[in-house]
Amino acid sequence: MIHDRPAGTGVIIVTLLIAALLEVVPLPESVNWVRPEWMLLVLVYWVLELPNRIGVLWGFFVGLYHDVLVGTTLGQWGLAYALGAFVMLAAYKRMRVFTSLQQCAVVFLLVGTVSLLAFLVQESVGRTLYPPYTILYASLTSAVLWRPVCALLRWVQLRFLVR
Amino acid sequence: MTAPANPTYRLLIALVLAIVMMVLDQRTPWAAPVRHVLGYLTAPIHYLAHLPVDSGEWLTEQTQSRGSLMDENRRLQRQALILEQRVQRLAVLEAENVRLRELLNSSADLDANVLVAEIIGVDPDPNRQELVINKGKGDQVFRGQAVLDAQGLIGQVVDAGPLSSRVLLVTDASHAMSVQVNRNGVRAVLAGTGQSDGLKLLYVPDTADIREGDLLVSTGLGQRYPRGYPVATVTAVRHQSGAPFAEIAARPTARVDRASHVLLVQSTDEPLIPVPDPEAANDP
Repeated sequence: MIHDRPAGTGVIIVTLLIAALLEVVPLPESVNWVRPEWMLLVLVYWVLELPNRIGVLWGFFVGLYHDVLVGTTLGQWGLAYALGAFVMLAAYKRMRVFTSLQQCAVVFLLVGTVSLLAFLVQESVGRTLYPPYTILYASLTSAVLWRPVCALLRWVQLRFLVR
Repeated sequence: MTAPANPTYRLLIALVLAIVMMVLDQRTPWAAPVRHVLGYLTAPIHYLAHLPVDSGEWLTEQTQSRGSLMDENRRLQRQALILEQRVQRLAVLEAENVRLRELLNSSADLDANVLVAEIIGVDPDPNRQELVINKGKGDQVFRGQAVLDAQGLIGQVVDAGPLSSRVLLVTDASHAMSVQVNRNGVRAVLAGTGQSDGLKLLYVPDTADIREGDLLVSTGLGQRYPRGYPVATVTAVRHQSGAPFAEIAARPTARVDRASHVLLVQSTDEPLIPVPDPEAANDP
């Protein structure tokens, strides 16, 4: 495995684009509160699996894409995702030995922190309306969905030989 | 598996880039090229997300019975007849209006051209009220363009991408515009509340003549929106003793949360506010 050439960048991009689609697919207004941070979940998975390929700069550019997709200030999610990827790079060895429940807890904290960072930027440009604790709902669903997303992406990784 | 390279420098680069970009985006127009280029990659996602709705509509159209289509046809013909009759009267009124405006020495209201666009996305963030439409710079959409539906003003374009555009709704909490009461011309500032059916009038004195049911139309002040389009109807007026201003709630006349097609007003080259004629000012 050590000398394997990196492969499957296209597959990684496609999974991120599918996550982007899930971020904007129209849902009832009440469901929007609990819409998970799909792109962040997928990004975190690839950072944990391929820490020497997918890192901070990937996080930054995925975040930038997210910014244009949802029309926020350029760099708002770029900054947040870059930091999220950095934290995961620092913790990927521990994440691998964690039980599912512990992993979910880490994902909950990570999504919460990253969303809070983005919220702070959005607040400073005056585009927030609801109090910051509302981001906890999305963090919670993200944590609940972490294991299923993980299983699905693991299957994708093995099927398309991403390494 | 080799250990990843020290990511701290990359984090620093990313942070500096992100902060520079945020400042450029907020304070200057220089970040627009980045948004424009990425717009080519985000627009297909919005189109794809809208695909189930589109194909659903197509399916219902294909499977409708002849009877219901004929019913619809008859209904639309009746509606067209009624509308044509109204337009006949409108032509006379318009001509009269132009003559009166000439007498007053003010510029004539021009009929604006419109471009029809389809709504392909709604902002998933509950903090913001924005839409994505399927027309972009390629269709001469520009930033600040007014957006209407059949019932009234819906908002303005805040970001014209290459293939799609974002529309800020009048109900967004950061949106405010100048309106006047159609009945008596009282002017006020209409601000959004962040709810899709809630608007409020700001800084209205307690004694202002505004009643429940009044129609609020755009004034054209601010040079963003064209004059005279309906925006909202007043739903509640509360006078509180001690408070400096009346609390006035309104509801948008446009079906902000249900519309599927919108109209983009095209001609804005003409000055929306009449330029005073210096010779007329010298007249006694």
